[in-house]
Amino acid sequence: MKLLKNFLPFLIGIPILWGIQLISPPHIAIILVNVGVNIILAVSLNVVNGFTGQFSIGHAGFMAAGAYTTAKITLALQDTLLPGLSPWLSTQTIFLMALVAGMLLSGTMGLLVGMPSLRLRGDYLAIVTLGFNEIIRVFIENIRWLGGATGLSGVPPYTTLVWVGLGAIATISMARRLVSSTHGRALLAIREDEIAAEAMGVNTTKYKIRAFVISSAFAGLGGGLLGHYILLVTPKTFTFIKSMEVVGMVVLGGMGSISGSIISATLLTVLLEGLRGLDQYRMVMYALLLVILMLTRPTGLFGTHEIWDVLSRYFPKRKAVQKA
Amino acid sequence: MSEFLQHLVNGISLGTIYALIALGYTMVYGVLKLINFAHGDVYMVGAFGGFYLAHLLGVNDSPSLPKTLVVFVGSMLICGTLGFLIERLAYRPLRYRPRLTALITAIGISFLLEFGFQLPRWSFMPFDFPPGPTPRFFPELFPRTIWFNIGEVSISNYDALALGVAILFMVGLEFIIYRTKFGVAMRAVSFDPNIAGLMGIPVDRIISGTFILGSVLASVAALLVSISRPRIDPIMGLMPGLKAFVAAVFGGIGNVPGAMVGGLILGLSEEFVAGYMLSSFRDAIAFAILILVLLFRPEGLFGRITTEKV
Repeated sequence: MKLLKNFLPFLIGIPILWGIQLISPPHIAIILVNVGVNIILAVSLNVVNGFTGQFSIGHAGFMAAGAYTTAKITLALQDTLLPGLSPWLSTQTIFLMALVAGMLLSGTMGLLVGMPSLRLRGDYLAIVTLGFNEIIRVFIENIRWLGGATGLSGVPPYTTLVWVGLGAIATISMARRLVSSTHGRALLAIREDEIAAEAMGVNTTKYKIRAFVISSAFAGLGGGLLGHYILLVTPKTFTFIKSMEVVGMVVLGGMGSISGSIISATLLTVLLEGLRGLDQYRMVMYALLLVILMLTRPTGLFGTHEIWDVLSRYFPKRKAVQKA
Repeated sequence: MSEFLQHLVNGISLGTIYALIALGYTMVYGVLKLINFAHGDVYMVGAFGGFYLAHLLGVNDSPSLPKTLVVFVGSMLICGTLGFLIERLAYRPLRYRPRLTALITAIGISFLLEFGFQLPRWSFMPFDFPPGPTPRFFPELFPRTIWFNIGEVSISNYDALALGVAILFMVGLEFIIYRTKFGVAMRAVSFDPNIAGLMGIPVDRIISGTFILGSVLASVAALLVSISRPRIDPIMGLMPGLKAFVAAVFGGIGNVPGAMVGGLILGLSEEFVAGYMLSSFRDAIAFAILILVLLFRPEGLFGRITTEKV
């Protein structure tokens, strides 16, 4: 029964997403996929920047790690048929396994980056992740096996709206379940006061690294999905500009609010899709957004509140009523 | 041998540049405990300030030393003002807020400068500003002449000027910090801003002064780089800023002599590793050093281990 409850969002999600995919025209589908990927990125970054109170600005670097791993695997196994499965099921299984491999690799990267920098105070993580983001680009551009500066082309078009939607559901339920778990409480304690958390017996470094690894792994998922939608994986897709976009979404939505990240990711993606013509002003807007938000409303739209908490106040469950 | 000497000369000149930028990071960190993310972009503004001034003075047609002096002083003024404004408008209102707020603002300011400078030209500006994303070429400020040769390594007046000016400014900074009243006040603020305030030190003014000083050094570094490597663009500050930060951490962040030594070591190691082994991974070397320092000696070469207290 509990197992069923855990998978309920996915079971409900698949038919709905499939329906949306059937009825939405191509240009809407592109926006929806972008929204989904950005939700994955924003919510996963929120685990580090919001719940743990650290500040990573290199999410795109981990996306790159995930995207390249996934694309390399699917490119290699493009014509392979898994025994005993129909062709469609076989490609989907390969894609799923490739995504998981991408997550594992970007998570490992997160471990390597996080271990030295998270032992110290938050500022170091920011500059190390910024550096990592640039360095991974330098590496990819110089490794011919990864396609160099031109990147990998001909990536198979596996990503669909259903895949992205399921990825987003997975990320959101991961984040929700994480916050309400023992681990999540430890992370929140670190955000509120690192010294006090340590005094209460929280192994701060360990928890910070765990949160960072989880966050990077989901960034890798986002990267893998994005790469198989735009069918091209190049180092240019994953510059610090992309990282900044995600940071902007998290800060606008409220650091520490999952629903805030979802809403601001949706808003900003749709809004910026409308402002395509003003591409040059896009990044200036993000930068201004950060500065003005910090000066006037550092909590962002939602602060640390969640929509579902607010809703449950107005629509209490029966159990809660009985208790009162 | 001559190859070694060439790398040595390049490494030292690169190292002094990193040291100049690192000083800005380390001083600001000393007084505010804040990594000034926008520092690399102040450096970029310094280069562009010099670029516009040089064009205004017509350096292209008749390069000369007095004009060079004007370009240097002008660019230092521009950067000093910019540093002052950034502190006054963006950091000071947030000084008593959570640290993360100031950090995010710093990142925001940094990207604002980087992407603001990449915008197409505004029609109401009398000159070509903002410069847009295409790289510009810094004019030759005065004729380049070869002074002397050691083997096959030639030392030009440019190299001599770069080294001379860098050392001059570092000695000057050393003098300001350890021999003047402002320097004493600055050290006091970096030791404990609250107590310094109680002792009658104008903390706000000292912090402003620190930003101005750091920004001036960044603009000097930018000009010294631009005269020998004339390609300038709006994101030119990203990598030097990152590397200078590594230099500051290497020397022990908050420690002024440490930043100078760290800058030199970083410049030399980058030049030698890139020259002899991995030229295409040049930018990764500083990052590798940063990771190693954070793993094995996070307080840096000359830093003291400080425990955070409540």
